[in-house]
Formats: sequence, C-alpha cells, structure tokens
Amino acid sequence: MCPLCGALLTEHWSDPEGGGARRGRVLRTRIVRRVLAGFGVTLSDWAGTAYVLHDGKGRSEVVHDLTTLWGEAERLAGRPLDPLDPTLVAALRRSDG
Amino acid sequence: MAEPLPVVLVTGFLGSGKTTLISALLAQPGMGETVVLVNELGEVAIDHHLVRRVDERTVVLASGCVCCTLRGDLQDELRDVLERRARGELGVVRRVVVETTGVADPAPVLSTLVGEPVLRHHFVAEAVVTTVDAVSGLSTLGRHPEAVKQAAVADTLVVTKADTASAAEVTALEGRLRALNPVAPIRRVSFGAIAPDVLLGGRARPVVAPGPEREEHGHHTGEIRSFTLVRDGPLDWDAFAVWLTMLLHSRGLDVLRVKGLLDVGEPGPVVLDGVQHVVHRPRHLDAWPDDDHRTRIVFITRGIERDAVLASLEAFVGVGAGV
Repeated sequence: MCPLCGALLTEHWSDPEGGGARRGRVLRTRIVRRVLAGFGVTLSDWAGTAYVLHDGKGRSEVVHDLTTLWGEAERLAGRPLDPLDPTLVAALRRSDG
Repeated sequence: MAEPLPVVLVTGFLGSGKTTLISALLAQPGMGETVVLVNELGEVAIDHHLVRRVDERTVVLASGCVCCTLRGDLQDELRDVLERRARGELGVVRRVVVETTGVADPAPVLSTLVGEPVLRHHFVAEAVVTTVDAVSGLSTLGRHPEAVKQAAVADTLVVTKADTASAAEVTALEGRLRALNPVAPIRRVSFGAIAPDVLLGGRARPVVAPGPEREEHGHHTGEIRSFTLVRDGPLDWDAFAVWLTMLLHSRGLDVLRVKGLLDVGEPGPVVLDGVQHVVHRPRHLDAWPDDDHRTRIVFITRGIERDAVLASLEAFVGVGAGV
C-alpha cells in the first residue's frame, strides 16, 4: 500500500529486479516525455512511487505503472497514442540525440 | 512463501483431444498430485484425480478489454485450491492443469494467473499446450479465429489423432502451424501418448533461434503474421519497456504473441514472453542458450507488419540513448 495515496501497489513486469529502479524511473520518465511531447501531455515522477501526467489545461492524473500510464495519457491527449504511427516515429527520430 | 504452483493450460478446439491428452498425461509416472480444473467434462473420465468443473464466468475489468478480462470462475477455483491445500484436504499438490472449453480464448486465463494480485504470488503459468486435430485441424484453423488464437499463444502444439490422418494432411497442418507460431515445437500424438516433460515447462524453454528467411520476410497466413526482430548490441531495457507497454496498449489485441531473448548488456539474456496485453514477469538467465547472443524477438500479429514494428522500436531506442 502506498503510504501517500493509499493505492495498492503491485509489481509491474517492466520493473527492474533489485538495484537500478531509481535510475530506470528517471530514464522512463524522460523517454515518455519525449513521446508525449507532441500530444500536449507531460509526465513527472512522484517521489519514486508513482508517475503524474499533466496536460496544458491544469488536469493531472496519478498512475503507478507504464501500462496504466498510456490509457490515461491517451485520455488527457484526447486522441489515440500509437507507437507505430509514422508521424510519431518520424518525430522521435528527429528528437533523439 | 512456498514456491508458486505451476499451472498448465490445455486448450484446443472442440473435439481436438484435450481430455484424452490430459487423461493419458495423468496416468504417467510422476504426474500424480495434480489438480485438474475443467470447463466441460469430456467423455473420457479422468480417474484418481481431483477434477473440478468450472462454470465459465468472466469478470469484465474497467478497461473492457477482452484479453484482460479476469476469469472469475478460475479465480474462485484457484483460491479454493489454495485454501483446501492449506487445510490439508488435498494432500500434496504439485501442479494444476486447466482444461478450457473448445472455443475459449486462452488469454483471459493467463491474465488471471499473471494479473490477479493474490493468485500471481501462488501460481505460475508453466505452459500453454494447444491440441489440434490432425484430420480436421486445417479446416478448423481456416474457419474459426478462436482456433487460430489458441495455436498462436501455445508453448507446445500437439497434433492429435496423427494415426488417423494421411502423411500429406499432417504435413500440411504442421506447415500451417509453424507459420502461425514459429516458437512452439509441434508434437504428434495418438491416444494422448506423450511423455509429460515434452509438454510441460513450455515457458522455460529457450526461444528457438530463427533462420535467416524468417528474420527477413516472416510468414503470412491470412491476416496473421509471424516475424522475428534481430538486433545487434545491448538493448536499453527502459526504452524497450516504454515502447512495448505503449505498443501493447495501442495494438495489444493484434499482438497475439511476443516472445524472445533480449540482450540487455548482462552476461545472460532476459526472456520475454507475452500474450496480447499480458506479459509474464521477464526472467533473467545466467547464460545464453546458444552462441547467438543477439536480441531475437518473435512476434505473431494480426495485420501488423515487421517493418513498422522495427522502425518504431528503433525510434524509441534512439530516444532512450539520447535522454
């Protein structure tokens, strides 16, 4: 149970085993921000226990893992998020590095 | 906590020999102490084993996604197995076998095992075994999408009644099955006669190394495609996790299977195994199973092309390298 928000925390398949969890969250947050950059949604890490999605209209949503993150991000963005979308793939290629 | 109990899921279309296979399997040495949960009681009685009938009942989650639906019936039965075992009513239990109905989608069963907060700590999906009738299997695959799905998610494909079909029929069926699911070995059986260790432990088996043809072109059978992504050099796990979770969120219903070995820069690979939105906890191996240390990921998809998947993955990995 998360002491801050009371959410029932469960392991996600992508969580690293043992060490490296903190660094992994930082990297994931950065990568997701790049992906969501064109959708008016951004992401921040909440004390290493959750992620918080924000949109430009003052709305925010707390999520606990990458799987639930995409559904909420899609809702805030108001349009589908598809990693195979050629427009998104081209934008990510321009932004890497 | 005790080691999780292995669960073997036996699926296959109506009349494809699931019950015969289970009956023969349970008669083998070392297969006692097995609890069998069946959706439908077949004509062949399974003696000397605890057989529980499960009335199919599903719990639809808020997402409304069919493959993430929890099987409420199975939840109850598996919890009951835990409770009765704890009370000493079942004696020693070493394994659970779940037989699905002929038209069942195996994904919700896996979702229940992997995603249910209590069960995931007590059970582990050991293998999905799919039976296919040697005589009618080819036409069944052509007419019933449920049968295609059952074949695509298998860890082991069992061609049953092989003695009643012609060699040409069996060869044609096996060719179709290999195209549908290149990661599952195919075993021929008659009257369910097969050694247990051939069927069990499917998820623990390493991924079959794909040949060059499959790497480049993959296989198409109707809408279903199977192809392998092969990459040199370590793959950033965080970039990969962001990418795969987004892919499965967006296209999970059309990613029937994803299974592979990933080079994440450690001495051994990470074993990835997913069925639609359900991804098993990845396993870290101490060493590679062969001399090929490249990342190899087999995809079985409905209508999704290899080039689109590869371009997308590389774009995400590029972002990961730049942040």
